[in-house]
This record gives sequence, structure tokens and C-alpha cells, in this order.
Amino acid sequence: MNKFTNYMRSFFNGRHVVIGVPYLWFLMLALVPLLIVLKISVSEMESTSVSSMISWSEGWPAIKLNFASYVFIGSDELYVQTYLSSLKYALLTTVICLSIGYPFAYFMARAPKHLQPMLLMLIMLPFWTSFLLRIYAWKTLLVNNGVINNVLMSLGVIDAPMEMMNTPFSLMVGMVYSYLPFMILPLYANLSKLDMRYLEAAADLGASPFKAFWLITVPLSKAGIIAGSMLVFIPAVGEYVIPELLGGPDTLMIGRVLWDEFFSNNDWPMASAVAVVMILLIMLPMAIYNKYQSEQAELKS
Amino acid sequence: MNTNMIKWFSQSWMVVVYIFLYMPIVTLVIFSFNDSQLVTVWSHASMRWYAALMNDSDLIAAVALSLKIAFFSALISVFFGVFTAFCLNRYKRFSGRTLLSSMATTPLVMPDVIVGLSLLLMLVSMQHWLGYPERGLFTILLGHALLGTAYATVVVTSRLREMDGKLDEAAMDLGCQPFQVFRLVTLPLLLPALVSAFLLTFTLSFDDVVLSSFLSGPGYSTMPMVIFSRARLGLNPTINAVATVTIVVVTFAVIASSFYTSHQERKRRREVAQAYSDTNK
Repeated sequence: MNKFTNYMRSFFNGRHVVIGVPYLWFLMLALVPLLIVLKISVSEMESTSVSSMISWSEGWPAIKLNFASYVFIGSDELYVQTYLSSLKYALLTTVICLSIGYPFAYFMARAPKHLQPMLLMLIMLPFWTSFLLRIYAWKTLLVNNGVINNVLMSLGVIDAPMEMMNTPFSLMVGMVYSYLPFMILPLYANLSKLDMRYLEAAADLGASPFKAFWLITVPLSKAGIIAGSMLVFIPAVGEYVIPELLGGPDTLMIGRVLWDEFFSNNDWPMASAVAVVMILLIMLPMAIYNKYQSEQAELKS
Repeated sequence: MNTNMIKWFSQSWMVVVYIFLYMPIVTLVIFSFNDSQLVTVWSHASMRWYAALMNDSDLIAAVALSLKIAFFSALISVFFGVFTAFCLNRYKRFSGRTLLSSMATTPLVMPDVIVGLSLLLMLVSMQHWLGYPERGLFTILLGHALLGTAYATVVVTSRLREMDGKLDEAAMDLGCQPFQVFRLVTLPLLLPALVSAFLLTFTLSFDDVVLSSFLSGPGYSTMPMVIFSRARLGLNPTINAVATVTIVVVTFAVIASSFYTSHQERKRRREVAQAYSDTNK
């Protein structure tokens, strides 16, 4: 008994508990669910429990795998196209966010020091108000009898309303709008720490401001660029709410397909297979992101 | 290009981006005071839609549910977030550290639909075996708490990184047990970070529509779920009124919390300066 209590005591020491609690939490809610998705994606519709996948042949267990959903995704034109167009829209969102956000973060980092907390707060503030409501607001702006068309028509700039809603344009406006702060924040965090002496040195050595920017500022802000791009690209691939509210019938996004497979068709194996393929697509950017995050953490400590 | 032109260019770039960010919010607020049934055509000012809001029992019930879920999920998130951040920050080497840190960052970037689907399928399998849990408040809470923990971890980690370990060491030298160190030294220093983590995870939960839709059961609709189902059908002036109310509340909360954090920061600096001058006397 004494041995047992000793064992228990050493097992439940502070360190084990501190590591064990978050570990169990994330294992149960982050890792196990993904494994279950993987499992259901290779099950048949009627048999989604583990036991029904194992059949006993001559005393040995044999696992039945059903790749029908994957075969269907690979052979169906529409799925392939939807994946490609999700990647296209996500990439476009990232590029536009970077080209708007980089100069913005750069100017913000160069703004007078006492103004910077204020400017930062103004970027964060919309981020705190409901994302859904802000997307809905774009709907009121972009529809045919919407605010933008009404204002432009009353000013006489256009005669007939512009067709903006339910097009790739409205989708991109919504995506860039929602993800821009995710690009600006890591870029600003990075650029505001840039050591100005490098740029002075470059100027002393005869580099033009543009050349100094291109050869010094940009390479030094690489970590911010990567963090921002990944924070935009990865969730954008699977975005559901924005294409549902602002996109049209021809703006295909895979998040919407997954949703429909699950909620309208009730096809769990298919929805899971769609999710697994999506995870495979974002695995590489995710690995890059994780690698950079841990490298940054290492640099700081 | 001379410096004036550069300055002009950079300022107008920033102004345009801010206009882009605030234009939808401002129109949302303005048109919430519009009397017309048509959301986008201005007739005259009225509080009509706010009155309609008061009688909208579906929406009020949804707001109450959302507030409840947001409060508890924020508490749970901060609790596990502190554990995770502490663990990743203080224990540099243990087996499976990389796994823990990538599990903790996954929910931050993983598309919501995948997180929602995977959690639901896990909970369904669990129910299959254990007969528990029913889909409803508890399952939504779990989903939000998972997402919240990931965000709380980031907030707390960045604060832990700024704090130096010297105070902990000093406390240990003075004979504190590890848990005492945590309770008497680390936790009070972390308090501002805990407050901002709580507010962040609260708003995340209050805002979420995708996870809730996957995880909720019959009879449990959160506020974003109600708004989303109305917004899908078309424009609806009551949404503008709800939006304005939440925007006002959130703006006040954010400003108040930023005052609180800067006040705490100043207080801390003053105390540190005081301590230094006392020791040097």
C-alpha cells in the first residue's frame, strides 16, 4: 500500500499534472476527433462504428476500408473544380491582403510612436465586433438596390445598378475585408521591431531607399509575411460563411460543399472524405506556419 | 519622390484602408435607424426596429443562450489556456511537447467547418458508446472552449514570455513551494493577460456560427445562428438593430478593458520603480 501511495504521489507530482491536463484536453478535442473523421471517411454509410469495420477471417482481424468517397471525389469533375477554385480564391485573398496590408503595416510602424497604439486599436476594433454582422453589412452595401449602387446612381456616376452581389467580386471583397487584420497584425508586430540602423547603414553605403527596402526591410520581415499569409490562406481555403452570404452559384468553395454533404445530404462518410482531402491540401502551409512559429519562439527565448 | 509626397501617400493609404474597414459598420448603424422596410433605402429616422427587437422572443432567447455559452466557454478556455501556456513556456523538454504545441495551434488556423465536423463526429461516437452527451448547450460549450483555449494560450504565452523568471526564482529562494510561486507570484502578474484572454474568448464564442451549427441540437439556437439563418434569406432590418446594440456594447467593453490594461501596466511600472528606489536607498 505504501509503495502504491508513493507511486501515486510521484505520478501526480506538479509537473505531470501541469503537462497532463492540457494534453488530455487537446488530445480529446483536437486529435481524436480528426482521427474519427479519418475513420468515418473510409466507412460505409450504415456502419460508422469501429467494430463493424473489423471482420474476422480465419481467426485474424481484417479491416474493411471503403474508399468509395475518395474515388468519387477524385473522379467527379465538380469536386476537383471546387477544390481548385477554393485554392484559387484563398490564394487571391492572400495576395490582395498582402499587397494592401504590407504597405499599411509598414506605414503604421513608421507613424509617430504615440499614435501607434491608437492606430493598432482601430485595426483590432472591427475584429472584436461580430464577423457575421460585418459580412451581412457588405450584403446591404453590394446588392443591386444596395447602398453603393443607390449612392452612385443618385450622384449620376452610373445609370443602372452594377451587378456586384453574388459574384466573385463580392466574395473577394468579403474575404479580403475579413482577413485583412490577420495579415496586418503579424506584419506590424514584425516591422515595428525592425532596427532602423540597418536602413541607415544601407543609405550610407549608397543604396537608394527603394533598394534598401527591397534588400533589407522585406527579407527581415519574412517571418511576418509568412505568418500573415498562412493566417489568411489556411482558413480562407475552408471558408463557409462568406461564400454562403456573399458568393454566387458559380463561386465554388469547398467549405460549402462539405456543409451541404453533411447538412443537406446527411452523407457523413462523404463529408469526412471532403474534410480529409481539405486537410491534406492545407497540411503543407500548416507545417510551414508551425515551423516558423516555433523558430520565432526559439529566437525570442 | 520627396518626403512630403511619401508622407501624403502613406497617410492616404492608411485612411483608405480604415474607410474600407469601417464603412460596413457605419452603414449598418446608420440604417438601423431607418424607418423603411427596405434595408438599403433611406426614408426617415425612427427607432422602429429597436422596438421590433424588444418583441422578438426568438432572438432574445438566442442572445441569452449565447451570453451563457460565451461566459462559461471563456472561463474554461482561460483555465486550460493558462495550463497549456505554462506548460509550453516553463517545460522546454518533455516527450510530446511538439505534439502539444501543434495541437494547441491547430484550432487557430484550421477551417471552422473541419473543427466543427470532427468534434461533432467525435461526440456522436461518444454518445454511441456512453449514451452521453446529448447535443445542445454542453456540446456547443465544448466546441467553443476548444477554440477559446487555443486563443487564450497565445495571449497567455506572449505575456509569460515577457515576464522574466527572476521573480519566480526569488520566490523559490525564499522558500515557496512551486504551487505557491504560481499562486502568489505568477498568477497576479498574469492577471491583465487573463482578463484580455477572457474578453477575447468571450467574443469569439459570442461570434461563432459554424461550430455552433454543427454542435447544437434541436431547441438550441445561438444568436449568430439566428442572425445567419435570417441573413441567408435576405436583408432584414432587425439585424441592423441587433448589430448596433452589439457594436455599442463591444466598443465600450474594448475601450474599458484597454484602459484597465494600461492602468495595470502603469501601476506595475510604478511599483517596479518604487522597489528599485527602495533597494537603492
